[in-house]
Amino acid sequence: MDFASSERAGAQPKEITSAKIVVAGGFGVGKTTLVGAVSEIEPLTTEAVMTSAGQGVDDASKVPGKETTTVAMDFGRITMADDLILYLFGTPGQTRFWFMWDELIRGAVGAAVLVDTRRITDAFAPLDYFENRHLPYLVALNCFDGAPRYEPAEVREALAIPAHVPLIMCDARHRDSVKTVLVGVVEHAMATLVNEHGRGSPATVG
Amino acid sequence: MGASQPHDPRGALVRPYAVTRGRTEPQRDIPIEAVLVASQAAMQEARFAGHDKYRIAVLCEPRAQSLAEIGAYLRLPLGVARVLVADMIADGLLSLHSAAPKEGFAERMDLLERVLSGLRKL
Repeated sequence: MDFASSERAGAQPKEITSAKIVVAGGFGVGKTTLVGAVSEIEPLTTEAVMTSAGQGVDDASKVPGKETTTVAMDFGRITMADDLILYLFGTPGQTRFWFMWDELIRGAVGAAVLVDTRRITDAFAPLDYFENRHLPYLVALNCFDGAPRYEPAEVREALAIPAHVPLIMCDARHRDSVKTVLVGVVEHAMATLVNEHGRGSPATVG
Repeated sequence: MGASQPHDPRGALVRPYAVTRGRTEPQRDIPIEAVLVASQAAMQEARFAGHDKYRIAVLCEPRAQSLAEIGAYLRLPLGVARVLVADMIADGLLSLHSAAPKEGFAERMDLLERVLSGLRKL
């Protein structure tokens, strides 16, 4: 089927690769702000309509009379080259939409879990989620104005963040700070990949 | 937790799938970040493919757009956009470009390096 379209087009069109990084965290933690700080477009919202019966996730008894749910995800775009686009996807704030998180993280480069130090307990569910998934992630502490500041070591202990998971401070409103977070995610993904490769097969140098 | 989702009283499930003639299963699975491009030639044909498919072609002709962008700009739920896009790929109206490679150390490493240098240049 691809033959027909390339015949018509004449020249071989360049293959474009797209990658994505997931920005997770509780409701109102600043995920969309973070995405907007680096995205070349205003963050967009895409919606998925879910049926409670089909997914078996939504507990219908908790939302009487409701059979469908709309899950909204905000995302941004960075066109890095004419053949490379990076997308940044914010997870739905409500952690009961795990099935949507599963779709979002599939094929992702890695993830950043954004934590608001004023509501630190909101971070437990997202962190639990990533602990049980095979995806490199780091924790970014969003330092709001006037938010209680903790030492990273205190936060790591309070949230029981494993030693191998990087923890960095950030300000989701500032482009340079967000850049640092995203660079951190990719570097961590590379380190994880190298590590797995080294363990999985005898070292092949070169 | 506390906040409840805004409820769409118009029966959101039924209405959107009318444009796919009731089908909810796409012909192929398309990742949310996979990008799609419409050629100029395909644009001509898309005029006869129906209103929504034509709008998708118009959006994807000047620059590559992801499935997520198609859903967002055209205000179509993701599932609906996926069915329409899969049809359009099958009909040669859109070409699907690959999302990130999931296999192979060298390919994955190469992509990570390119993304990293892209981020540093921001």
